[in-house]
Amino acid sequence: MTALLRRQALPLALLLALALVPVLGVQDGFSLGLLARAMILGIAATSLSLLVGGAGLASLGHAAALGIGAYAVATLDLLGITEGAVVFPAAILAAALYALLTGLVSLRTGGVHFIMITLAFGQMVYFATSSLSALGGDDGYTLYGRTEFLGARLLEGRLPFHYLCLGLAAATWLFCSMLLESRFGRVLRAAKEEPMRVRALGLSPYPYRLVAMTIAGALAGLAGALMANAMEFVSPAILSWPRSADLLFMVILGGVGHLHGALLGALALVLAEEVLSHLWDHWRLLFGPLLILAVIFLRGGLAGLPALLAQKLVQTLDRRAR
Amino acid sequence: MAPLLELRGLSKSFGALAVTRGVSLAVAPGEIHAVIGPNGAGKTTLIHQISGTLRPDAGQVLFRGQDVTALDLPARARLGLARSFQITCIIPGFTALANVALAVQARSGSSFRFFRRAEAEEALNAPARAALERVGLGHRAGAVAGTLSHGEKRQLELAIALASAPSLLLLDEPLAGAGPEETARLVALLRALRGDYAILLVEHDMQAVFALADRISVLVYGQLIASGTPEEIRAHPEVRAAYLGEDELA
Repeated sequence: MTALLRRQALPLALLLALALVPVLGVQDGFSLGLLARAMILGIAATSLSLLVGGAGLASLGHAAALGIGAYAVATLDLLGITEGAVVFPAAILAAALYALLTGLVSLRTGGVHFIMITLAFGQMVYFATSSLSALGGDDGYTLYGRTEFLGARLLEGRLPFHYLCLGLAAATWLFCSMLLESRFGRVLRAAKEEPMRVRALGLSPYPYRLVAMTIAGALAGLAGALMANAMEFVSPAILSWPRSADLLFMVILGGVGHLHGALLGALALVLAEEVLSHLWDHWRLLFGPLLILAVIFLRGGLAGLPALLAQKLVQTLDRRAR
Repeated sequence: MAPLLELRGLSKSFGALAVTRGVSLAVAPGEIHAVIGPNGAGKTTLIHQISGTLRPDAGQVLFRGQDVTALDLPARARLGLARSFQITCIIPGFTALANVALAVQARSGSSFRFFRRAEAEEALNAPARAALERVGLGHRAGAVAGTLSHGEKRQLELAIALASAPSLLLLDEPLAGAGPEETARLVALLRALRGDYAILLVEHDMQAVFALADRISVLVYGQLIASGTPEEIRAHPEVRAAYLGEDELA
């Protein structure tokens, strides 16, 4: 346990900080809504980080799994089903199935082809949802209410929803960390670095990658179900390809190779978007250069920042001492 | 004794270039069989066809009496065919121990285990440590593989091959790029493995080959021109003419 605390001090501090936000007095709907959205995107980004950082699979269609989770909620809502014990498993299974089926095909390719084919599958889902007239097509679908649990409207309250999102973000991070350190994760990581070595040992990377994609899809589906509840609205925008790019960017900004970086990246992106959009109408002009600078100067991402600063500090002190 | 590995009339062409032409040879259990030949003779292509990275155009590969011609690299590895690579093929970001433990993991039980920390599994680490000790790399178990010296990486590759408990070791130029001291250490190591493992060795270092091999096959332009004991190969006129300089054999 102490070993875990030492190795994972940074992610645990991050989760603790998020848990303390409401305690420290920030309880207004706007701020907590923003944080909830960041944490939900953080769950999706963490699952993508499992693929990118763990298995070397840069999917540009991950928002499709997120969107399928959200659309599962909307579809069931349309049918009058709002019971969480049905809605959440359905959203997770639908997204996992999507990831499994597209993985079967896309994992036959690699590199740029993998990126393009995941993008193509994502676009297929995007156009399919755009033409779903029963769910509002391009205009989207407004939920009648949030998902219930045995008739109780647990998700309506701001605080319960905040802590539910936080708990699931923490669980996702813990689950993905364990996966990467297991035998399964070892094969994934080895196949990312040197697939020929793995094959020469008698292990074909394909089934391992497929399972990883399915798991990541399931987690994105969970995030999608939460997102539908957070916004009480679902439209094709949730699974447009720029959303996939955003998720990928959260992973990179947070630091590929640090799972908790994805949550950090999601928080940074959502909050920066919020702050910058208040400063200037054309904030996207500022946003672009900021992102480029972050990629150039933060090699280890935001998650690598504390180590980088500590290193700089030690260097400065060394120079002073001399 | 039935051969462990048998090649029957193996042929492979890349376009108009015939790289392997009707190669037949057999490796008996426990013997070190070296394949030598000048650059461009098709040695690595031959290794690729034996390990399953390349599919031959014609001919058969038999391993432990079973026709494995249609099997790919992972399937042949599971049957007990371990290979090392001419260009070092390790996981640079893993520790030396984790590299070898992965090989142990590949042959023992399922890798579809999702929750226990693999690094903490003594059942994987103990055999991995033993393999590292055997190649003389025990003291470097905790080092990140990418930071090892070239010679140490070659040793690590051998440890990985040994840890997968193979019945045949396929070594593609294990001495490539090693300095004189490292070479001496690796040759001693390979000699110590004789008898425990059958080894098919492709190597440029003639001194090492003649010191180690029980039998030698000579490949020239994709064809085997001779096969026999080191003495026979040394005396073979065609081999001398085609490949070996007079003084190299002195």
